[in-house]
Amino acid sequence: MSESEVTRDGVRHARPDREAPTGVHAGRRRRRRGRGEQPMVPDAEFSSYYGKPVLNKPTWKPLDIAGYLYLGGLAGASSLLAAGAGATGRPALGRTAKLGAAGAITLSLAALVHDLGRPARFLNMLRVFKPTSPMSVGSWILSGYAPLTLAAAATDVTGRYRLVGSAATAGAAVLGPAVATYTAVLLSDTAVPSWHEGYRQLPFVFAGSAATSAAGLALLAAPAAQAGPARRMAALGAVLELGSFQVMKRRMGLTAEPFEQGRPHRLLRAAEALTAGGAALAVLSARVRDRRPAAAAGAALLAGSAALRFGVFHAGVASAEDPRYTVVPQRERLRAREC
Amino acid sequence: MGEGAEGRENLLYGPEPDVAGAAGYPDAPPRMGFFTDTSVCIGCKACEVACKEWNAVPEDGLLLTGMSYDNTQGLGADTWRHVAFIEQRKPLAGQEPGVAHEDVDVFAAASRLGTGAASPGPGATAPPPDRAPEGAPAGEISPLSPDGRTELRWLMASDVCKHCTHAACLDVCPTGSLFRTEFGTVVVQEDICNGCGYCVPACPYGVIDQRKDDGRVWKCTLCYDRLGVGMEPACAKSCPTDSIQFGPLEELRERAQARVAQLHAAGVTDARLYGESPEDGVGGDGAFFLLLDEPEVYGLPPDPVVTTRDLPDMWRHAALAAVSLVALAAGSFVRRPR
Repeated sequence: MSESEVTRDGVRHARPDREAPTGVHAGRRRRRRGRGEQPMVPDAEFSSYYGKPVLNKPTWKPLDIAGYLYLGGLAGASSLLAAGAGATGRPALGRTAKLGAAGAITLSLAALVHDLGRPARFLNMLRVFKPTSPMSVGSWILSGYAPLTLAAAATDVTGRYRLVGSAATAGAAVLGPAVATYTAVLLSDTAVPSWHEGYRQLPFVFAGSAATSAAGLALLAAPAAQAGPARRMAALGAVLELGSFQVMKRRMGLTAEPFEQGRPHRLLRAAEALTAGGAALAVLSARVRDRRPAAAAGAALLAGSAALRFGVFHAGVASAEDPRYTVVPQRERLRAREC
Repeated sequence: MGEGAEGRENLLYGPEPDVAGAAGYPDAPPRMGFFTDTSVCIGCKACEVACKEWNAVPEDGLLLTGMSYDNTQGLGADTWRHVAFIEQRKPLAGQEPGVAHEDVDVFAAASRLGTGAASPGPGATAPPPDRAPEGAPAGEISPLSPDGRTELRWLMASDVCKHCTHAACLDVCPTGSLFRTEFGTVVVQEDICNGCGYCVPACPYGVIDQRKDDGRVWKCTLCYDRLGVGMEPACAKSCPTDSIQFGPLEELRERAQARVAQLHAAGVTDARLYGESPEDGVGGDGAFFLLLDEPEVYGLPPDPVVTTRDLPDMWRHAALAAVSLVALAAGSFVRRPR
């Protein structure tokens, strides 16, 4: 549209090869590799402003925030393992889970503070309590949860104040599931299409992923004799994670597309393979005396859960960067309302 | 959503006639806002400059984009007003795009000057009143190009923060840095913002953003400092064509309805209001627009919805998932019968 066409018989189409796209077909052209799944929805025509995104993309650093989602899940589900281990007399499993929870939540808090534009002001998070802000709710949950995990781990290692330790373990197990699942609300409560549209299933995906990662850590570090619950948790978690992820993608329509393209696609395929393979190996490892298959299963589960969080994170960013995922579903919504 | 299930409907979604009152101001002044009438925008960017000057907004990059006259690109931390330029091969009703005047004898016309109101001079852009089509206000706005030529139409629109009735940025802010003013606008308290960045992806319009070297987020304040002393915002003050109109929102909505009716009567059927309806997904914008094409052509979302509309449902699903996780863990410890 920006080719020159000044007047009658004057300059015409002076720069024909330069096209500033407006109106129809202005969407960013997407590369499509030969491999991979086909898009679920046919290409829809839509208008945009020079292909520019409608949304401002998240400013969060992937390593900090996707890493935080992962470590929060690992910690939350580990606290459940720790409580279960305490109740069923599996001290070695309990210690692994408590140390894992304490370590993971400490690291994740560091990542959260590091991601702030003004880290020195991190305490402003506790200035108010806002139920409309998942980040505010999460900050308060974490400020209760983190000390409990640290107390549980410290009393376990030192062997002192056992009663306090049991209470802290129980408290951490109550808050742990909230830590593991609220992060899905944190992502969904945005205008980012591929995060928001999956808000019904994403908490279940994250719950499953948290379970597989905690089970992975236990398989890696706890003695095989006490790792039975971890093996079952790995299998159940993998089913929950992979199953609800499939349901989510099917229900999301066009906004599921970023999960199927580029880097998010590779990460999520790796997550599927590692989680499914790790869970299968974990179940099989019960039959052999060798510890190495269990350790390999644990490592695969930990890596798979991390790949899932990074895949979901990057898919959301990609969906915010392309106006198509903002405009087309909203257009369809308007059209449906007019009918 | 809702159907008033919570008994506190309109808290997160839906029409809210008294935003300032709902935010805790007992005797608030009327809600103030912008009506940006893009049909009279001339793309001078005076609003961009005035905004930068008044608010001391830093430079936002000096580059040539090739996007018509738009080198600003979009709203962000350092761009609180953004003039969009769209070139289209479509006639703009209301313009007389022809530049040739072969059929005009300039000397004859000059000799007639001032002798007859019905004979316009050669430079006149409006057709004589007797040639105007039905419905067009005679002598005010001329109709579609008479010979049906399709010429360039150049759309210009000054974009700004919408100051939503239900503002997602404000809802998700964990520190309380973003707040609702007594004028019903949404403002960041920069001494409190810790740069968590949550408001950035929450905004359905892509307005607020993080300033990289500063870490905090910034956006239009609707010149809160000027409003406080009874002055109009810098952009509206500087707008030479009154494309940006500032005033009480109720009054602006009436004015906008009248303007759309006027344009429709003149044959500009593309004219439509954007963001003025309190029934829309964000409960209506405090800054709304008159557009001449679909919103997405200007880079605006066609049907924005405040993300927190679904938040109660999100918490419910997360709670269910948390319970499932507990059940899953409990199931893992159940001893299988040997």
